[in-house]
Amino acid sequence: MSEILLQIDGKDVKATETMTVLEAARSAGIHIPTLCHHEKLEPYGGCRLCTVEVETRGRARLVAACLFPVQPDLIVRTHTPEVDKLRKTIIELLMAHAPDSFELLDLAQEYGADRNRFDQESSFCLLCGLCVRYCNEVKQKNAIAFVDCGAKREINFIPEIASQECRDCKECFPLCPTSYLQAAYFLTEALAFPHESNAAHALTKK
Amino acid sequence: MQTANIDQIIDAHQGKPSALIHVLMEIQHVNHWLPREVLKKVSQKLEVPFNRVLQVATFYKTFSMIPKGSHEVHVCMGTTCRMRGAGELLDTVKDLIGVDVGETDADMKYSLENGSCLGCCSLGPEIIVNGKHHTRVEPSKADDVLKSYA
Ligand code: SF4
Ligand code: FES
Repeated sequence: MSEILLQIDGKDVKATETMTVLEAARSAGIHIPTLCHHEKLEPYGGCRLCTVEVETRGRARLVAACLFPVQPDLIVRTHTPEVDKLRKTIIELLMAHAPDSFELLDLAQEYGADRNRFDQESSFCLLCGLCVRYCNEVKQKNAIAFVDCGAKREINFIPEIASQECRDCKECFPLCPTSYLQAAYFLTEALAFPHESNAAHALTKK
Repeated sequence: MQTANIDQIIDAHQGKPSALIHVLMEIQHVNHWLPREVLKKVSQKLEVPFNRVLQVATFYKTFSMIPKGSHEVHVCMGTTCRMRGAGELLDTVKDLIGVDVGETDADMKYSLENGSCLGCCSLGPEIIVNGKHHTRVEPSKADDVLKSYA
């Protein structure tokens, strides 16, 4: 595999052909914030928090670092006033949905984002897709689905699958940047398969 | 539900995940809605995970996850139709069928939808029933249009 030389924040970075800008930056110890990215999962590009400026042949533009493949002589800037402002706005928009997410609160502090800039519309889910994709790609159980589109888009546990697979797994819980995933799971459980959980409860009590 | 027809559609595309949208459209067409059990069958036969089928079926407005009447009534609400009185027409149609937009009457005869510009601006306002355009419909004529499908 051929080696590619690029420049990130003024630093020469060696990368391999198949890497993304995010991977190259991380390998060089340069931090780019992410929300929907997960090492075990296919690149997704849902949150755009990883936006960076790239320059090729004298032209600069904004791209998602978690998706953008490295190329020779690419110049990457991970912090510019424009990039930082964009990230701040993204964080503010997400905080309209999940104002108390720890991950967002940390980011808000870093970027000086105002959690009350936009009217609150607490859906609590950021639609990062980590839960859905982890269940699909890593566990291959396909127990969670995205349903609907646009402003109505949400995640749903599929009761038929969740009742069989989720109780002993729950590996997606810690991935969620909010508590919405857990809430959605327990709601599904209570509504669709309470007996299974009661049985489990009875077992642990013995 | 026309089970035989639905099975035929699904069987014809067995093992072809890429035919998903096509299959759902055909089923929607003959059955007017996509019952969950049917989606499960589609998932099995086409070898597409059920959560993916659900995602596609809920994404597009073409598909309905709730039962629809045998006649699909659309009233165009595009700018031109609206200026030509589509608002009044829609109200009349709502009263006649007795349901709001997105709903189906108790006899499962008519489902009402609106749309933004259904493509015949010069002939508005219009009612489209099962894909057939009824043009320049005065509110007073709406009843006749609907009755022709009774
Ligand atoms: S429930 Fe959590 S992990 Fe799943 S999409 Fe929403 S925010 Fe992301
Ligand atoms: S981490 Fe790149 S878009 Fe979310």
